[in-house]
Amino acid sequence: MSSLAAAASSTSTGEAVQFWVLAVVAVAGALGAVLMKKAVHSALSLAGTMIVLAVFYLANGAYFLGIVQIVVYTGAIMMLFLFVVMLVGVTAADSLKETIRGQRLLAGLCVLGFGILLGAGIANASLRDFNGLGQANAGGNVQGLAALIFTKYVFAFEITGALLITAVVGAMVLTHRERTGRPATQRERSEARVRGKHLPPLPAPGVYARHNAVDIPGLLPDGTPSELTVNPTLRARGQVRDVSGEALEDLAALEQRSKEWLERNNDRSEERAQ
Amino acid sequence: MNPANYLYLAALLFTIGAAGVLIRRNAIVIFMCVELMLNACNLAFVTFSRLHGNLDGQIIAFFTMVVAAAEVVIGLAIIVTIFRSRHSASVDDASLLKL
Repeated sequence: MSSLAAAASSTSTGEAVQFWVLAVVAVAGALGAVLMKKAVHSALSLAGTMIVLAVFYLANGAYFLGIVQIVVYTGAIMMLFLFVVMLVGVTAADSLKETIRGQRLLAGLCVLGFGILLGAGIANASLRDFNGLGQANAGGNVQGLAALIFTKYVFAFEITGALLITAVVGAMVLTHRERTGRPATQRERSEARVRGKHLPPLPAPGVYARHNAVDIPGLLPDGTPSELTVNPTLRARGQVRDVSGEALEDLAALEQRSKEWLERNNDRSEERAQ
Repeated sequence: MNPANYLYLAALLFTIGAAGVLIRRNAIVIFMCVELMLNACNLAFVTFSRLHGNLDGQIIAFFTMVVAAAEVVIGLAIIVTIFRSRHSASVDDASLLKL
């Protein structure tokens, strides 16, 4: 009877406001993660969604999980993603060309149907009343979770330990590179360093033009930009700013001005001569 | 507001994640979408825990998080290994099982 008395059918207004504001942020973050072209932007959108979800956990009385969500998901997993994006994704652009014809349309239809199915399932369930966590959290959320983990779920917890050990060993095996050939000697490495390479330091960006930012290629004597002067990463991302046209225009304007100045001086000297 | 709204939000997030898995072809982004789906499930578990008034749902969500962490470690290691041998993170390029 006491549990029935504790059952409620509506949350506080504050939580409702929080839900409607943050749900929009969560959905926007999720859409951003799916639709953003660059993997870094996707990862950051997803991190935002995960922080919002942590707030929702806290609002739902899952205090331990809310903190763990921030520490493990946004702190560890998303940062691991960012590291891998930095290792892999900077030069590997995601081509947005469709390889299987009609795949996106079909995927969209399938997902729409799936979403309708899920929503209909939830709408059919009888969810008018709910028991808050007040009773379950009475002795503290962490204490309650600990009591369950170490009694009812202790076997699953130990299996989890085995899973984590396996994952660690698996990650080490997968990223370890087996040496298949003979290691290069010092002589071979020093020869490889100089043969067929550009020996002196590469020309610096921008110093031959009128700018010195790193993304602006230096200009060769004939006014064309030199690719060698810009960092290869910037080149791969297509972030090279070409200002050679600007420099040539500036030069033309300078010539024009000096010509005008010379003509004026000539006129003046002619006047003086008269 | 009824807490069932959290369930609708979880369903929406799960659907968006599923769409990403089907549409995107960069392995890292697909992986992030899988994480989004796992998180949506966690939200549903936590909400169910509140609806029922006991902590079992939170325990399941906790185990999901642990499994997700292990899965991310292995998955990203596989992606890095594939990228090393193929210089691409697109799932279309990894069409052969051998190198």
